[in-house]
Amino acid sequence: MAKVTFNTDLCKGCGLCVSACPKKLLVIAEDQINSKGYSPAVMTDMEKCIGCAFCATMCPDCIITVEK
Amino acid sequence: MAVVFQKPKSLTDLPFHYCPGCPHGIIHRLVAEVMDELGIEGKTIGVAPVGCAVMAYDYFACDMIEAAHGRAPAVATGIKRCRPENVVFTYQGDGDLASIGMAETVHAAARNENITVIFVNNAIYGMTGGQMAPTSLPGQVTQTSPYGRDVNHCGWPIKVCEMLSTLEGPEYLARVAVNNVKNVNAAKKAIKKAFQNQIEGKGFSLVEVVSACPTNWGMTPQKALEWVESDMLPYYPIGVYKDRSAAKEDAK
Repeated sequence: MAKVTFNTDLCKGCGLCVSACPKKLLVIAEDQINSKGYSPAVMTDMEKCIGCAFCATMCPDCIITVEK
Repeated sequence: MAVVFQKPKSLTDLPFHYCPGCPHGIIHRLVAEVMDELGIEGKTIGVAPVGCAVMAYDYFACDMIEAAHGRAPAVATGIKRCRPENVVFTYQGDGDLASIGMAETVHAAARNENITVIFVNNAIYGMTGGQMAPTSLPGQVTQTSPYGRDVNHCGWPIKVCEMLSTLEGPEYLARVAVNNVKNVNAAKKAIKKAFQNQIEGKGFSLVEVVSACPTNWGMTPQKALEWVESDMLPYYPIGVYKDRSAAKEDAK
């Protein structure tokens, strides 16, 4: 069981983590707006996460922490 | 649970000012991770360029200095010669390194200065609004080449790694990319080697990172990374262009 946490307020909604996730678990939350004014990336199903850290590897803003 | 990925300690807490999806953030992180792994943050001096990464001095936790446009290798030469016990790196874009700073780059390489150069090639001038750079591809549309780069009029793009590899001087020249996870991991290895070469006193190491500029290319971040794969990498192939120590090992 892995745990992925986003520093959501710093997310710029670029979506590079979304396209990097091999399990397609991440989405850009169009109904949310963070303090920077972007729609942030969110995890849809934490149970299915394998903790590969591909999302964090591609995140240009270092906002993702992965625990396993 | 153990932490398998977090922001490296060699980066400050300041959020990056870069556009959404700009790979500068990835490359900053790779350099910081290498500093963490080698345990050199306390004795590293970085030289920031002019360009989008002009404020890199705010993001790296090591000592940083700002050089005049293109002069980072010359400034790094001065620092390294005065303080050989420190690790000195420059972080430069293509307008900084391949245009106005070409002379400094070539001569630092020819002298085999014991410094590490991180060269970010995104084929455009990002900070000034997307003008044609020395590395813009033939036919590439930019602000100053609205009909595509005409090589008969503007000349051909400069392939920095190939050009420097004709010199006797440099120790290590490699081109990497950050368009997918596999390439990002390979890029980190090359950057680590470039820093290790300096620590071992081997000399000038340059890592060219093929990057993207979603904003000025007029693409989404995903599309920009696809364009890196489909258009940039065929023109700027990934690989090690010079590795003198490895060549000597092979010759034995």
